[in-house]
Amino acid sequence: MSTSQTTPTPADAAADAAAPAASAADPRLLVRRQGLGGYAEEFRRRIKSGDLGSLPVVIGLVLIAVIFQSVTGHFLQADNLTNITKWIAGPGLIAVGVVFVLLLGEIDLSLGSVAGVSAAVTSVLAVREGLNEGLAILLALAAAVALGALHGFFFARIGVPAFVVTLAGMLAWSGLQDYVLGKLGTVNNINDGIVANLDTYFLGDGDVLYAWLLAVLAVAAFLTAQLLDARRRTAAGLPARSTGEIALRTGALAVLALTGAYMLNQDRGLPLPLVVLLGVVVLTDFVLRRTSYGRQIFAVGGGVEAARRAGINVARVRISVFMLSALLAGLGGLFIASQQGSADKQLGSGNVLMSAIAAAVIGGTSLFGGRGKTWSALLGILVIQSITTGLDMVHAAQAIQYMITGAVLLAAVVLDSLTRRTRTAGRS
Amino acid sequence: MTGAPVLALREVSKRFGAVQALTDVDLDVHAGEVVALVGDNGAGKSTLVKTIAGVHPIDEGTISWEGRPVRIERPQDAQALGVATVYQDLALCDNLDVVANLFLGRELRRHGTLDEVAMERRAKELLDTLSIRIPSVRIPIAALSGGQRQVVAIARALVGDPKIVILDEPTAALGVEQTAQVLDLVERLRERGLGVILISHNMADVKAVADTVAVLRLGRNNGVFPVADTSHEEIISAITGATDNAVTRRQARIAEEAK
Repeated sequence: MSTSQTTPTPADAAADAAAPAASAADPRLLVRRQGLGGYAEEFRRRIKSGDLGSLPVVIGLVLIAVIFQSVTGHFLQADNLTNITKWIAGPGLIAVGVVFVLLLGEIDLSLGSVAGVSAAVTSVLAVREGLNEGLAILLALAAAVALGALHGFFFARIGVPAFVVTLAGMLAWSGLQDYVLGKLGTVNNINDGIVANLDTYFLGDGDVLYAWLLAVLAVAAFLTAQLLDARRRTAAGLPARSTGEIALRTGALAVLALTGAYMLNQDRGLPLPLVVLLGVVVLTDFVLRRTSYGRQIFAVGGGVEAARRAGINVARVRISVFMLSALLAGLGGLFIASQQGSADKQLGSGNVLMSAIAAAVIGGTSLFGGRGKTWSALLGILVIQSITTGLDMVHAAQAIQYMITGAVLLAAVVLDSLTRRTRTAGRS
Repeated sequence: MTGAPVLALREVSKRFGAVQALTDVDLDVHAGEVVALVGDNGAGKSTLVKTIAGVHPIDEGTISWEGRPVRIERPQDAQALGVATVYQDLALCDNLDVVANLFLGRELRRHGTLDEVAMERRAKELLDTLSIRIPSVRIPIAALSGGQRQVVAIARALVGDPKIVILDEPTAALGVEQTAQVLDLVERLRERGLGVILISHNMADVKAVADTVAVLRLGRNNGVFPVADTSHEEIISAITGATDNAVTRRQARIAEEAK
């Protein structure tokens, strides 16, 4: 590279290995300077290279909050924020499933209908058939997984494009939902039953302890994980995050978590839907980043042939992802049913699916596969729900809401496409 | 290059329907030897390496590994023996970083989760011993140049500690400097005692790194030459069949009759 191009003798190779300082001096090597200055430098480099991560969506959220707060004067009040965190659970869970499918570079259009089927099956079994409600929920979720397996089978084994399979699924399962619900078409939730409580329950019936506890535990767990990781990396002679950087990150998380806990406690405490959504996001994020299975999903999304040659069972990964997304959609359907008080024929239709897909993309998950996080589902659905809630507060018409949400989605996809272009510009 | 070959093919034939792709092909690869496999388009180079890599099982003939006859029916068989193949299309995942690509399909785990620290450390060790310089082991493959991708793909083949590495036209799409990097790497593989099968159309590359040149022509052996005392022209004529003319045929016939 910077040295001569002649064949290196073993002595040269030994000298190279013995002098890591020499390789660090190569101006093309990306070695981050220690300390916060190095961090800022790295940050600038990433912005310049188009690797924006979650930055645009965070800026967007702040903008939305500032705008609606200044227009309405009560957007940032505790009860409104609490309501937003409750409303995002259903579509947010579906959006997490969408993230998985998008990571494969595919799309699942059936998730809204699957959510509807899941809610319909639960309520019909529990209310009309008198089955135990917990059992009914398990059966409904199992049914959702089975539908996902069916999509996955036709896509991965038969080779039908996922777009078409799930489009057929969207129509068919919407019909199934209608069929299951029967003539009346609406089944009210059992009073104070499990489904009814999903949306309305606050941990410890509003005890302030829970929100504080969750915030403190999350920050402590984050700090411990970061410190342990840094110690292992240092012990292995790898570049590790500096203590200052860990302190900065932990501090930011602490401010966010404690502010959130404070706001929630100003109202009714820690809502169950938020806990479930956060739990699912954390768990799925762990699966994606820390397990072989997660790595396989990214590999299939990044290059099917490469994944296959690496010995990955591509069909199994694809089918399992469709099953997982259907499971999450089924769970999301229950939260939506809880929120509207009943399972009906319209549940999961309309813009539920599109909001979920938009949320995943707005949050930064690529439509082209292989790049994204489940956190983007949470951030994206927060953006969409904040816009919807804010526009409701200023009594904007539905038409305006759709147009604005559409514009935000387009902006997100444009950003995604531009990022993709910058990222691949370096190849020869 | 003394001793028995690691890999020895004897009278290997392969048919695809009516097409006789390989006829009675012999090939020896020793430890620490770079064998260049050359031939015109359609000479059977790719088919031959695919039989070794287990993509196409052979129809006739024998394959011996370290002196024992073996059957290679599937890619997994070849991998289990210690044959690593780097295909022309590199089979890397663009979205994953270098470490993830090196260990794809054989991730190191600790308590059931990915052991990123151990993988990153081993990746660095591997790249250091091969003197491979890339900007960072944590940047996605998409951000690397063609030559860097090629060396990562080759390094990836080494993670499983193979004994034979097959490189299918590793320098085909590369510039001057990048080609030199890859050739350096091939020499380092030889220094580590690996047998290398190098498919190439580029005679300069072959002369630069190979110990032996095996020429295929129309699915048959057309000579095995030591590189050191074979001229460029001799190899070319073996490839193009310029030696296969009336004069050589007559000489062969006379030699045959003399027996």
